[in-house]
Amino acid sequence: MKIVVCIKQVPDTTEVKLDPVTGTLIREGVPSIMNPDDKGGLELALELKDKYNAEVTVITMGPMQAEAVLREAFAMGADKAILLTDRKFAGADTLATSNALAGAIRTLEYDLVITGRQAIDGDTAQVGPQIAEHLDLPQVSYLQNLKYDGKKTFTIKKATEDGYQVVEVDSPCLVTVLATANEARYMTVRGIVEAFDKPVEVMGADKIDVDESKLGLKGSPTKVKKAFTKGVKSAGQVYEVDTEEAVGIIISKLKEKFII
Amino acid sequence: MDFSLKIEEELFLQMIREFAEKEVKPLAAEIDELEKFPTELVNKMGKIGLMGIPVPVKYGGQGGTNQMYSMAVEELSRSCGTTGVVVSAHTSLCVAPILENGTEEQKMKYLPKLASGEWVGAFGLTEPGAGTDAALQQTVAVDAGDKWILNGTKIFITNAGFAHVYIVIAMTDKSQGTRGISAFIVERGTPGFSIGKEEKKLGIRGSSTCELIFENCEIPKENLLGKVGRGFGLAMKTLDGGRIGIAAQALGIAQGAMDETVKYTKERKQFGKAIAKFQNTQFQLADMETKVQASRLLVRHAAYKKDQGMPYSVDAAMAKLFAAETSMEVTTKAIQFHGGYGYTREYPVERMFRDAKITEIYEGTSEVQRMVISGNLLK
Amino acid sequence: MNKSEYKNVFVFAEQRNGEIQGVAFELLGKARDLAKDLQEEVYAILLGGKDVETKAQSLIAYGADKVIVATCEHLQEYTTEAYAQAITQIVTDYKPSIILLGATVIGRDLGPRLSARLTTGLTADCTRLEISEEKELLMTRPAFGGNLMATIVCSDHRPQMSTVRPGVMKSMEKDETRQGVIEKIKINFDESKFKVKIIETVKEQTSMVDITEAKVLLCGGRGIGTDQGFENLKDLAQLMNAEVAASRAIVDAGLIGHERQVGQTGKTVRPDLYIGFGISGAIQHMAGMEESEFIVAINKDRYAPIMQIADLGIVGDVKQIIPALSQRLKSIKK
Repeated sequence: MKIVVCIKQVPDTTEVKLDPVTGTLIREGVPSIMNPDDKGGLELALELKDKYNAEVTVITMGPMQAEAVLREAFAMGADKAILLTDRKFAGADTLATSNALAGAIRTLEYDLVITGRQAIDGDTAQVGPQIAEHLDLPQVSYLQNLKYDGKKTFTIKKATEDGYQVVEVDSPCLVTVLATANEARYMTVRGIVEAFDKPVEVMGADKIDVDESKLGLKGSPTKVKKAFTKGVKSAGQVYEVDTEEAVGIIISKLKEKFII
Repeated sequence: MDFSLKIEEELFLQMIREFAEKEVKPLAAEIDELEKFPTELVNKMGKIGLMGIPVPVKYGGQGGTNQMYSMAVEELSRSCGTTGVVVSAHTSLCVAPILENGTEEQKMKYLPKLASGEWVGAFGLTEPGAGTDAALQQTVAVDAGDKWILNGTKIFITNAGFAHVYIVIAMTDKSQGTRGISAFIVERGTPGFSIGKEEKKLGIRGSSTCELIFENCEIPKENLLGKVGRGFGLAMKTLDGGRIGIAAQALGIAQGAMDETVKYTKERKQFGKAIAKFQNTQFQLADMETKVQASRLLVRHAAYKKDQGMPYSVDAAMAKLFAAETSMEVTTKAIQFHGGYGYTREYPVERMFRDAKITEIYEGTSEVQRMVISGNLLK
Repeated sequence: MNKSEYKNVFVFAEQRNGEIQGVAFELLGKARDLAKDLQEEVYAILLGGKDVETKAQSLIAYGADKVIVATCEHLQEYTTEAYAQAITQIVTDYKPSIILLGATVIGRDLGPRLSARLTTGLTADCTRLEISEEKELLMTRPAFGGNLMATIVCSDHRPQMSTVRPGVMKSMEKDETRQGVIEKIKINFDESKFKVKIIETVKEQTSMVDITEAKVLLCGGRGIGTDQGFENLKDLAQLMNAEVAASRAIVDAGLIGHERQVGQTGKTVRPDLYIGFGISGAIQHMAGMEESEFIVAINKDRYAPIMQIADLGIVGDVKQIIPALSQRLKSIKK
């Protein structure tokens, strides 16, 4: 079995802080991490590798620095890595991103394509299903659990709003995975030591068979018209008092608001 | 001079921090309170390679560096001093001497299981009458033709209750003094070998510290480690390496106490403001942080020299001396900043303070380190 | 593409088990505003089994001018491909200018698949939708974890698509007297593309709570600490007739189910009163609650980000304040 996993390097948004005065983002010193849902996807692939000897190829689109997440994927156990990087990909919205990724995946053999459900820096959850459409693959999103019959069929438990659904689908197909689907393994020390000796294949726009009009800014139907910070809402009253007094203040507020 | 970490060391640090934060930190208080050896953690650490970092891949290890190993001990100790020393004693005092002195057969037999964490290692040098003056070995090994017969008692042996492989130092020819000392590999379960009483300790309470008792313990001839009469040198060299580990442990404990103190001083309010707002706090924190960072540079430098194959004995002594004393100072001040709360088990600095003390004692007291450093200076 | 051919604001009226979801009514409310500015009409798309036909009228009552209904066994229960085919056919036939979907599990599965099939843009999780002077849809959404807001347009492609999370828009008052047209259509499926087979669909008990409906929400964060801390918070909630919610840290720690998570990856809430206990206010969290009517924050840290948006901030230890509050409330009730 051959598996392709799409991963993305994202800023750790839980580490992003606001400048309390200006209300702007402090981006400095924010570490870059492997997107959590993508890590869940990689773990799923590695479990299939452990059980069925699957070959796992990871692919990421981004600037050269995005190579770091591919090294991390090697250290976790991925076999091959592709870095999709080109100025022509810059400014891509989700549709243009999915065009590029689908183009790269088309150059590979695959039985299963895995993406994370969504990235924490955009939270759109679009790229996975869009890749599936470009590759004409059936999709199962919000995957919580996957079982493989060893031949062709996947039995998948997926999250729904109010419970879950169990579905069956044959390979090839695409799934989008939740970070909570599994507990991603740690990199191993040996994996880390060897990760930097393995080749990362760098792919530019010339290596994929996708019309340039579908890539990057040109290929993006959506454009950002303006971006702005919400600014700081004027803070209310803050009290530094002992517990008893604090309780008193809260209770009087509850009365004022007719909660009690 | 390049002080930057290598790319693989950066990635390693990312991994070990995540592991320590998620797996070790939540267990630290319980390990201490119940004096519980962290068996589960050893299994987990074995799985990801932390029990055999500097061991070559061909012996089932990870092919990592001593730098990575010292970072691992530091980051583990930052959360839990016990877990740090379990890895340190295992790696520096058992795995390393086999790797550096063992025959190919010995390496193939012991290293894969040690490096995977399936077996834990320990080291027996100290005796009731041979502490800092380690040459006064009373344990004897007699050549009985096809085997060695060991008699004697070792004390204060880290990991003793849960180890499978022990490096044991014993006198093979008393007339030769330190040149009559040899090293042996002893396996758990060897007839005549038993584990004695477990010590009740001030700190690192989960790290099973026991006596090793040898009563006509017969060990196979091939379990001699290194050459006959070279055991003292082997032990001293082993301790040189061990000191990097203990220095890293001391550093980690100090860093853990810094983390707690910085957090606490920002939250704790007296006289209407956070105690971090007082200059007394700020200046003391600055001094503490500076010493912790100085310790780190000494530890990294010693590990770097070991990785480069350069002599590092004095560097390791300096690292251990400074990091241990810094650890004691920082944890003491950490409690002071926490006030009455710091004296209770509600806050981890109380444990860190107790854990820190041993780093000034084992694998060569601070006085021994000063002897090593000044000895080199005045030779 | 001739953009002028594309007209009217369409709403995908999501149904589950034959029940139209609240988000569909909320979207209709917004769609009315947009249609008014465009001087166009509001269409609702209702797909499902035979049983949903009776529900079409309610969509009119909530603001639809026209309801396009397609019912058949393939549409009874949601599957990506059947729904994508149905809506693709509707888009081809009706040429909508705008399609709004709920940012639900279904909407977020269907939306991107459609956008790729129709080669058009999709903007996820919009918090504001309005019509520009050029008659374009301005879609504003939080980006980069929630603080940065981005206004996005889809100028050269139609339909303009966006998803909106439940609870973000307000539905109009139900008006039973509203008149509208119900149009039944037949979808021509390519069944060879149906490759995902549903084995079973299970509803879980925990889903009964809906924190987005709560008037008073007590939200626990990392500062709550342990199980016991959370139990205390639940006791307090009971005394106040409030619902308990949590930050991601608490959900990740397994203390409470994901359905009670507030924030970017959880739910967006706007209760009359929100009280954050030991919540520091990560951007992601605040993105999900800052629209609350009145915000009280209780935290050890005077400088926690949540203090910036709180109407009332208390610097203190929640472990002491929660039980003390319960005690006081009990004595008041007596």
